[in-house]
Amino acid sequence: MSATRETERYTVADKAKWSVWSIFQTWEVILLTLLVFVFIVNSNTSPYFLNTYNLADATFNFSEKAIIALPMALVIIMRDIDISVASIIALCSMLMGLGAEAGIGVPGLIMIGLAGGVAAGMFNGFLVTGLGLPAIVVTIGTFTLFRGIAYVVLGDGAVTTYPAGLRFFGQGYVFGIIPFEFILFLLLAMVFGVLLHFTVIGRRIYAIGNNPIAARFTGIAVNRYRFVAFCLVGMMAGLAAVLLTSRIGSTRPNIALGWELEIITMVVLGGVNILGGSGTIPGVVIAVLLVGMVTFGFGLLNIPGIIMTVFIGSLLIITISIPILVQRLRDRARLRAQQAEVGTD
Amino acid sequence: MTASDLRALLTRRREPALALLIVVLVVLIGIRAPFFVSIDSLSGVLTDTSILMMLACAEMLVILTRGIDLSLAANVAFTGMAVALLSMSYPELPVVAYIVSALLIGLVLGAFNGFFVAIIGIPPIVVTLGTLSMFRGLVFVISGGEWVNRHEMPDIYQMFPMETFLGLPHLLWVAVTVIPMFWLFMNHTKAGRSLYAIGGNPQAARYVGIPIEARLFMVYAIAGMIAGLCGYLWTARFAVAYTEIAIGFELVVIAACVIGGVSIAGGVGTIPGVVLGALFLGLIANALPVMGWSPFWKQAISGAVILIAVVLNSRSHKRQGKLIVRRDEATAS
Repeated sequence: MSATRETERYTVADKAKWSVWSIFQTWEVILLTLLVFVFIVNSNTSPYFLNTYNLADATFNFSEKAIIALPMALVIIMRDIDISVASIIALCSMLMGLGAEAGIGVPGLIMIGLAGGVAAGMFNGFLVTGLGLPAIVVTIGTFTLFRGIAYVVLGDGAVTTYPAGLRFFGQGYVFGIIPFEFILFLLLAMVFGVLLHFTVIGRRIYAIGNNPIAARFTGIAVNRYRFVAFCLVGMMAGLAAVLLTSRIGSTRPNIALGWELEIITMVVLGGVNILGGSGTIPGVVIAVLLVGMVTFGFGLLNIPGIIMTVFIGSLLIITISIPILVQRLRDRARLRAQQAEVGTD
Repeated sequence: MTASDLRALLTRRREPALALLIVVLVVLIGIRAPFFVSIDSLSGVLTDTSILMMLACAEMLVILTRGIDLSLAANVAFTGMAVALLSMSYPELPVVAYIVSALLIGLVLGAFNGFFVAIIGIPPIVVTLGTLSMFRGLVFVISGGEWVNRHEMPDIYQMFPMETFLGLPHLLWVAVTVIPMFWLFMNHTKAGRSLYAIGGNPQAARYVGIPIEARLFMVYAIAGMIAGLCGYLWTARFAVAYTEIAIGFELVVIAACVIGGVSIAGGVGTIPGVVLGALFLGLIANALPVMGWSPFWKQAISGAVILIAVVLNSRSHKRQGKLIVRRDEATAS
C-alpha cells in the first residue's frame, strides 16, 4: 500500500482509501436523500408545493431558528450547549420594545437587539468559562433568568409600536421573491461554513471538541474559543430577535417560547455529535431545510404543526439509532471473521 | 456543637443550609404577612409543590447516572390526557384504576426512553429531546386537539387529589408516601446505591459488576412511572387536560434538582436535598402574591437562585475533590 507511513514500530495509514461509496455513507448525503424524498412526496400530495412563491414564503417558518442553529453547532462541537437562546430572543425583543417606545430609530433598534444578545452571550460565556461551570446548568439558569427579566419588565403587556422601517427585515423580499431572512441565513451559513471548514479556527474548534485537555496543551486558548462561541450564539439570537420582532411586529414576554429545544434538535439532526467533536455546517443547513420542508408539506395538507413534532422527534431518534446499529452489526461481523481466521490457523 | 462544626455542617452539606434558608424565608414572610405561617397556608404551599417534589426526585435518579430526562413534562401531559380520556369513556371505574393505568402508561413511556438510552446507547439528552416532541405531539393525536374539561371528568377522578384525609389533601399524602420510598430506595437498597457508583465512575461500576444497562433502563422506567402518576394528579387537581399542560416544566424540575445540590456531572445528590430544592421554588412562587409583589418576578428570581446554586454546587464539589475521606467520616457516613 502506498498510502501508509512506516516507522520502526507502527504502520500509520495516511488516509482511508477514497471511494465513491464512501461519499454515500456520509450523514449529509443521507439527509439530502431524505430531503429529496420529502420533496417528491410533498409535490405528489399537494399541487401547491412546487410553487416558487410558496416555497420562498415557507422559509419564513424556520429562518430565525436556522440562524441560531449555526453558532449553536459550534458550541455543541466544543462540548457545550446553550439552552437560553429563546430567552435571549425574549430579552432582546423586550429591549428593542423599550427602545421603540423611547422613539429610537431603526438602526438604533437593530444595534440594541444585537448588543443585548452579545451581552447575554457574554454573561453565559463568563459563567461557563470564567467560573468553570457546566454549560447545561448555567444556561438552564439563564434560560429562566433572561425570560424572567422580560416578564418583570413587560408583565402581561405587549409592545406593538415599532417604526414602519423595521418591517423590511422580517417581512421584506430580495429580488421581489426571496425573503430577506432566508438570504441572510444563506449568507451566514456560508460564513460559518468557511469558518468551521476552511480556517485554522475551525480546525481548533474540532480539536477542542475532541479533546479539550490535549487542545489546551497544544497551546489553543480553549476557554477563549468557548467564550467567543457563546457570544456568537448570543449575537445570532439577538439578530433572530430583530427578525422575529420585525416579522410579527410585537413583543410579548412569551415570544419564541420553546425554540431552544427545536434549535438543538435541528443541530443534532444535522449530524452534530451532542458529545462534541464532530459535525458540519452543510449537515446543519440540510437538516434545517428538511425540517422546514416537512413542516411546510404538513401545513399544506392541513396537518397541525404539533403532529409534525411527533415526526421530527421520531426522525431524530431513528436517524441517530441507525448508524449506531449498523456500526454494531459491522463490529460483530468483523469479530466473527477474526475468530474464524484464528480458528483456521 | 461548636461554631466551626456548625459552619462545616452548613457549608459542606446542602440540606441543612437550604432548610435553614427556607425557615428564614418563611419567618421573614410571616413577619410581613402573619397568615402565611398558618398550618392551612403552609400545607397549601406543600400541596402546590407536591408534584414538583416527586418529579424532581425522579429526575435526580436520572441525573445521578450522568443522564438527563427532558421528556418528563411531556410524559405528564401525555399520561394526564390518556387517563383523562379513559375517565371520560369509563366514568364508573374506581380511582385506583385510573392511578394504576397512569403508572403503567408512564412506565411504558419511560421504558421507551430507557430502551434507547440503555440498549441502543444514544446519549440521554438526544433521546429525551426526541421523545419530548413525540410525547407532546401524541397528546394532540390522542385528544384530537380537544380539551377534556371539568364537566367531562367523573367526580371521583377530579375530587381525589384535593379530598382530605386527617386534614391534609390526598395529593400531599401521595407525595408523603412516594418521597420516603425514594429515600429508602436510594439509601437502603443495592440498586439505589449502585446509581451513585454509576454516576461517580461508570468504569469502576462496571468492574465491580454493576449491570449498568439494566440499572439505566430501570432509572428511566421509574422516572416515567412517577411522571405518569403526576400526569393523573395534575389533570385531576386542575380538572382539565389539554396539549400544553406542564409545558416547559422539564426545566423547572431540573432546576429544583440543581438547587437541591444535584451535580449535573452525576454521582452527587440526595433525596432530602432535592425535596428542599423543589420546596424552595414552590415557596418563592407562593410567597410573591402574599408579599404583594407581582407574580411576574417569579421566573427572574428562580433564574437568579438557580445560578447561585450552580456556583455553590461547583465550589462544594471542588472542596470534596481535594478532601481525602477521613477514617472517622468514612465509617460514620
